[in-house]
Amino acid sequence: MGISRDEIEHLAELSSLSLSEAEISSLGADMERVIAYFDQLNELDTTDVEPTFQVFPMENVWRADEVVQFEAGRAELLALAPEVKDDQIKVPRVL
Amino acid sequence: MKKSDGKSSLERVKEALAAAKKYEAYNIFTKLNEKKALARAVEIDRRIAAGEEVGRLAGVPYALKDNFSDPDDLTMASVEMLKNYHAPVTATAVKRIEDEGAIMIGWTNMDAFAHGASTENSVFGVTLNSRDKTRVSGGSSGGSAVAVALDIVPFALGSDTGGSIRQPASYNGVFGMKPTFGAVSRYGVVAMASSTDTVGCLAQTAEDTRLVMSIMAGEDEKDHTTLPDFFDQPVETSKLRVGVIGDFMGEGVDTEVVGAVKDYIKKLEKAGHEVAEVSLPILKYALAVYYIVVPAEISSNLSRYDGIRYGYRAKDAKTLGEIYGRSRDEGFMPENKRRIMIGNFVLSSGFFDAYYLKAQKVRTLIIKAYEEAFEKYDVLVCPVAPGPAFKVGEHDDDILKLYLEDVMTTPPSLAGLPALAAPAGETKSGLTVGVQLIGPRGSDARLLQLAAEIEGAK
Repeated sequence: MGISRDEIEHLAELSSLSLSEAEISSLGADMERVIAYFDQLNELDTTDVEPTFQVFPMENVWRADEVVQFEAGRAELLALAPEVKDDQIKVPRVL
Repeated sequence: MKKSDGKSSLERVKEALAAAKKYEAYNIFTKLNEKKALARAVEIDRRIAAGEEVGRLAGVPYALKDNFSDPDDLTMASVEMLKNYHAPVTATAVKRIEDEGAIMIGWTNMDAFAHGASTENSVFGVTLNSRDKTRVSGGSSGGSAVAVALDIVPFALGSDTGGSIRQPASYNGVFGMKPTFGAVSRYGVVAMASSTDTVGCLAQTAEDTRLVMSIMAGEDEKDHTTLPDFFDQPVETSKLRVGVIGDFMGEGVDTEVVGAVKDYIKKLEKAGHEVAEVSLPILKYALAVYYIVVPAEISSNLSRYDGIRYGYRAKDAKTLGEIYGRSRDEGFMPENKRRIMIGNFVLSSGFFDAYYLKAQKVRTLIIKAYEEAFEKYDVLVCPVAPGPAFKVGEHDDDILKLYLEDVMTTPPSLAGLPALAAPAGETKSGLTVGVQLIGPRGSDARLLQLAAEIEGAK
């Protein structure tokens, strides 16, 4: 199947990626090739087959309801943020 | 572990660091851990002299893939996005290895965020093959494989989501273990695809691989997808039923690869194991399933990189949209973006059923085919990759060809099975070829013991 430029731009928006012109055209071409490869799955009949989303054998893993101190402190975590003000992570105005 | 020959930890670490520098042209390490490694060696020698308990890996130098967290320094996953990232935690696998006295001498190069099969897709440039510098090291754990192959260190840690330990092991003639899904804690390892990510190691012998894996394995309260340690249980390897996956021994596979794997199979027969050919035609669909499911999980896992809480932020980005969009465009490598876009495509409305859900249904068929095969066979055997190491830049113009490198390593990943890459032989031009041993979940130790048995056989 072909992927239109509009679709690539829509996916870039969903992906929060500000792509350049060159990236839009090269990504479009690559994705078309890869997605065409996926079409071979249509050769298989999967009627009544349940999907498998994960392969871990257990359903629930419980732990005691106790507070476990995280190994890193508040200051260390804040130090990772590009912009901090008054001990808070700063974000631009949203509204 | 290779005998220390009476050398002190300090001497061993100095030798490893000297070798790392000697082989600088291969671009194996993103950074050496010189100062801290030397200080730690002195400390371990002091403890040995004082008669203290120092552990099963006392004074053994090792290398660490660049996606394991270690608060001593940066964890970069070989990508701009994390270039200044000081991980605030220690990966459980690293902690367990270091608690046994091993000494980390440097971080190894990898495909950015572990997306790739060649270690070409790194912000630090390509890591070259240990046998031929015009060829790739494989990936994504390319640096770890070459560090072990060139005998800089006896073992290195890696991660394997769809072949990232096994394929570089095969390309460089070393052992590489992808354990059963859940065998080793992933806490502190940069996430790629949560339903197939595993932590394992690359080493020079099957026995060393077993030792390192058994140390790392076991439950971890920080990762609730971990299983109880099954490495120390006794294993039975006398007369195993071995199934050779015929579908991966014919068309499209290099004849020298097939030859080396057949030689290995002869050794298995000579050792008294019962060998038969098995056909699993469903496995050829695994690659398409993998490149739907894994990008889908990547698109979710990598959404955390927003330029706000940690990681790269684009200069002068003002609005929230600009911070997200430009930080991610500038911080990710092209292959990261490709996978995020494919992932969001297969998950987006209108395509979800046709691609994502269909793939997860075919995944069920793949798991069933393995289960049926394991009723008749204890171990399945096939090559690790269709060919030996390819040339640097060979797949630059065709992303699908690079993905096809993973055709034999992705099926066990989707089913959560243990898979071991073991050296099988060499091509006429001296490139290495690996064989893949695959078993039911939890049979990791048996695969390693079988490989140890064949290792010395002629």
